[in-house]
Amino acid sequence: MSGLKVINPGLLSLIQDAGRYGFYKAGITTGGAFDKYSFNWANKLCENIDAATCLEILVGGLVLESNITTQVAITGANVPIKINDNTVDGWRTHNLVPGDRINIGYATGGCRAYLAVAGGIQCPLIFGSASTVVREGLGGLDKKGQPLKAEDILPCEPTASTTIHRVPEQYKPTFDNEVTEIRMLLGYQQHEFQTSQLDQFFNAEYTISQLSDRMGYRLEGPALAYSNKAMLSEGICLGAIQIPADGQPIILLCDRQTIGGYPKIGSVFSPDIVKLAQLMPGRKIRFKAMGIEQAQNLLLQ
Amino acid sequence: MNKGFPRVNLASENSVIVYFSERPCAKTSRLIANTSEQLKNKLSHKLIDLVPSYHSLLVVYNPLEINYLTIKNEIYSIASEIPNKVLSAGKSIELPVYYSQESGPDLQRLADHANLTIDQVIALHQQTEYIVYAIGFAPGFAYLGEIDSRIAMPRLSTPRTSVPKGAVAIADRQTAVYPSQSPGGWNLIGLCPSPMFDPSQKPSTLINVGDKVSFKGIDRNEFIQRGGLVESISSIEQ
Repeated sequence: MSGLKVINPGLLSLIQDAGRYGFYKAGITTGGAFDKYSFNWANKLCENIDAATCLEILVGGLVLESNITTQVAITGANVPIKINDNTVDGWRTHNLVPGDRINIGYATGGCRAYLAVAGGIQCPLIFGSASTVVREGLGGLDKKGQPLKAEDILPCEPTASTTIHRVPEQYKPTFDNEVTEIRMLLGYQQHEFQTSQLDQFFNAEYTISQLSDRMGYRLEGPALAYSNKAMLSEGICLGAIQIPADGQPIILLCDRQTIGGYPKIGSVFSPDIVKLAQLMPGRKIRFKAMGIEQAQNLLLQ
Repeated sequence: MNKGFPRVNLASENSVIVYFSERPCAKTSRLIANTSEQLKNKLSHKLIDLVPSYHSLLVVYNPLEINYLTIKNEIYSIASEIPNKVLSAGKSIELPVYYSQESGPDLQRLADHANLTIDQVIALHQQTEYIVYAIGFAPGFAYLGEIDSRIAMPRLSTPRTSVPKGAVAIADRQTAVYPSQSPGGWNLIGLCPSPMFDPSQKPSTLINVGDKVSFKGIDRNEFIQRGGLVESISSIEQ
């Protein structure tokens, strides 16, 4: 099969596209690239149509070998990249010929890198998407939710294009904030929380816990109290901030369950999900409230 | 429509949650199913997806196509007109269950807890037509309610590491059929040979939120005949 062969899958490398939509009623979650900003740039650099299937590489350690002439681009986290013995930059296109090896080292800033290939990875779809959701056993090369493993082949078509594109410096993200500000909208059960608790929530710094993954980020900080009454399970949107009985917030992310029964104080503004995708456990965040008009106007710009 | 309902709350910059009543019931489930259909027809591409659940409906929309105030008004007008219309009924489905101690290792404990015989527990489980309140937790996992209060029982204090596909189970006043093998803390009372979730089929799930489900006892032979696996029986953690 023509494409890129996995020599070393690294820590956790997943096939992802824009995600799975239209199947919430069957209990099937969205999945999809966590940092959509970097994912979109990687595709753009390869002149791919929107949301072509890419790799999401957690931390690094991935080694691939090409058996075709093609182009690749790596965006997202700051990772050392080598093609054969040459150190190369991220956020630009690279030409590959058969036999070339790409080696992605461990992230020094951010934690998720995206690798796009010209024409996209030709991965079969299940429920309209290639996205890997390990918990549901859906997506990926075998359609059963497996992460990449050694000897896998990422099927790709060769390309004749050799045009190099680069992302302008001002569009590249930086990952050096001591505390990252995350914008959120109050919503859902916000009225279950007293004003004093809301004040505390917005003044606190929260640390991202070790128990954080694509399903959700658990936060550690001052516990939030509320009138702890039993709640019926209801639909959970991307970025919903739920407060379980111990008062420590959990932000529900791409691989979240579709329904849940904890009160939610509101939801993260989706462009800031991108920032969360690049924050390792141990990093700190602070929430800032925004209104719905402001949020929707920003999206329209 | 109950006073104060429907109520539309903001959920995120591209979703709202609609509440239809204080408590779930058959009528609310039909309202949710009918509102979902109408929203799909009326909003088409402006709508991204819907999550129906017990007494609510999460509406995820494309904010580049429709804004918060407009969608809120659309939902109010659709949801408040619906009660005046004839509600379409959901499907009614009968699922076969092989109830036995070998396929339902918690039957004895449940019977002891309820001060009933195993046969009485099995009879009570079959006597109600259940509403599909929600589908979630895992693809195709349907929460059915409510079971007779006499056979209600809390979840296991230590969940099993593996529950086989097709396991019929009880937790509090709800019952469910595990759509695939997974860890689980519900009390197991039998095995159902009908697949609840099959990604290769269209639709992939047998039932939708708002449908009705009843159970009918079958014996071991019929379980196997209808496609049930002996391994499902032998693999159950007792």
